[in-house]
Amino acid sequence: MADSPLIPFIATITDIVDETSDVKTFQMVFDDPAVMEAFNNKPGQVAQLSVFGTGEATISITSSPTRNGILEFSVKNVGQLTTALHQLEIGSKVGIRGPYGNHFPYHSMQGKDLLFIGGGIGLAPLRSLIDFVLDASNRDQYGKVTILYGARSMDDLCFKRDLFERWCRLPDTEVLTTIDRPEDAWTGHVGFVPAYLEEINPTPENKIAITCGPPIMIKFVLQALEKMGYTDEQVITTLELKMKCGIGKCGRCNIGDKFVCVDGPVFSLDQIKAMPPEY
Amino acid sequence: MIITKQDIPNFLDSLKNNYQVFAPVKQDNYTMFKAITSGSDAILDYSNSKIPPKGILFPQTEELFSYKVDKQGAHLEEKIDSEQKVIFGIRPCDAKSIALLDNVFNNDKYEDPYYLTRRENTVLVGIGCNQPQSTCFCTSVEGGPFDTTNLDLLLVDIGDKYVVEVLTDKGKKVLTSAACSDASEADKQAAAKTKESATVVSKVNLDGLKQKLDSNFYDEIWDSISEKCIGCAACTYSCPTCHCFDIVDEAKDCDGCRVRNWDSCMFPEFTIHGSGHNPRPSGKERFRNRVMHKFKYFIDVNNATACVGCGRCIQNCPVNLDIREVLADIQGSEARSVS
Repeated sequence: MADSPLIPFIATITDIVDETSDVKTFQMVFDDPAVMEAFNNKPGQVAQLSVFGTGEATISITSSPTRNGILEFSVKNVGQLTTALHQLEIGSKVGIRGPYGNHFPYHSMQGKDLLFIGGGIGLAPLRSLIDFVLDASNRDQYGKVTILYGARSMDDLCFKRDLFERWCRLPDTEVLTTIDRPEDAWTGHVGFVPAYLEEINPTPENKIAITCGPPIMIKFVLQALEKMGYTDEQVITTLELKMKCGIGKCGRCNIGDKFVCVDGPVFSLDQIKAMPPEY
Repeated sequence: MIITKQDIPNFLDSLKNNYQVFAPVKQDNYTMFKAITSGSDAILDYSNSKIPPKGILFPQTEELFSYKVDKQGAHLEEKIDSEQKVIFGIRPCDAKSIALLDNVFNNDKYEDPYYLTRRENTVLVGIGCNQPQSTCFCTSVEGGPFDTTNLDLLLVDIGDKYVVEVLTDKGKKVLTSAACSDASEADKQAAAKTKESATVVSKVNLDGLKQKLDSNFYDEIWDSISEKCIGCAACTYSCPTCHCFDIVDEAKDCDGCRVRNWDSCMFPEFTIHGSGHNPRPSGKERFRNRVMHKFKYFIDVNNATACVGCGRCIQNCPVNLDIREVLADIQGSEARSVS
């Protein structure tokens, strides 16, 4: 019997973290360890998650491949599939197929300082690369890591444990956070991510900026980076489009002649500029 | 070789011993390709089917696998159709469309076993077009009424019989079921004459079109030429090269199946995100994407135009949007008069 790339492998939810009131991080483990062995995901890739009885959706893999044996997906509850996923419990069976798409160019980033700029749930795909770079086995190959992250409110900050208990304590790693409006319990920066970025004004020298967030944030972040002198090749983003097959056939995730599921989701700014603005 | 029209029902009946046989049949005043139960169901006087026969290889609705999942585990069962099939009477344009679909279902990275298994097991018996329709423009897109691309056999209608051109071993094999005789010199001449006299009147000019589309994404022309389109998707559902699909679950709790259905880039739901953001929010962007996909993007990726000139999108459009006029407008020339 032919092996269909559209058939998912069965996995079990082994942990669930409530990140915010509408974002949960699901830890999943394939029932067959050989499947994980063959999965071989790279930072920035996506997978198709199945909730049997409801359907499938494309979700970025938020865990680094250095986390052996497990996969993590951070999911905001926005649609049909994500609502169904949010109702599952530890022990529930799900389906996973993938990994799909290209990955962050982590080879060509070696020797460089990395500036991560994230907004809201947009930190989820960046986290796979952050944890990959910060892993002890890779850390000496990269320069300083700066993580600039913002959300609408304190509650909307994802990955609080990573931000405030883990990443910020690592050497040569800086974590900068901001929320859109002041809150009594918040002593940190207040303001939008692009404005905070301009305030910090990080030099483009020997640096790669990697950004993901809501479209409006990305738009102004890109403008800010350009103003600071970053070239298009120094700026990387990852796109999210509605996808069904993940294998370049169902037709919906095209931007011009590129399919985000196979040619993306990671693009440099010079690649983005060469595409029609349909994302 | 020669096969008489009178012998066709017997030929199809004998094929049915080894193959599932699809042929043009009349249904609700339309011609459709259907699996026949008797050789005499097949009609031989037809222009082309309302819906292309691509659905035999890529069904409008197909089950990918069934499943039963609970906390203890999961049982998934793949559904691959590996039945041997013959499509009798496919027109050269539709046979050519299958060559284009092959690029999609067998791309650089991923093979689609559902399509490819059917494809491998299907024999294409074409009948050339003696009288192309007024909406046909196959000769403008590297095809023709007797084009043999992708066919295993080509039948040329010379009155009460067909001259058969054997194009592949697969074709040769199915022909052993037919009561054939050798073609006489007169038969061969009649076939050559028939081919010569079949004229495709309608034309589109593809010269330089790709270059135009490479640079006209922001052109104002897209506002005007898309205005009439109501986004009904009749063009995409009747297009032999359209391949877009949706994947959905049909299940009661965790007992059911995953199904793929034809989908259309003309629908807003095709691209809308869970957040409500839509990369192609209006009819203009969707119409432009369809034209770009057929005449630019597909060429960029597969080095072929994703149109075979069958004219179905012209015949089926409820607002008379004519792709020939659209392309002529894009070319900047006067829209050609449509016969």
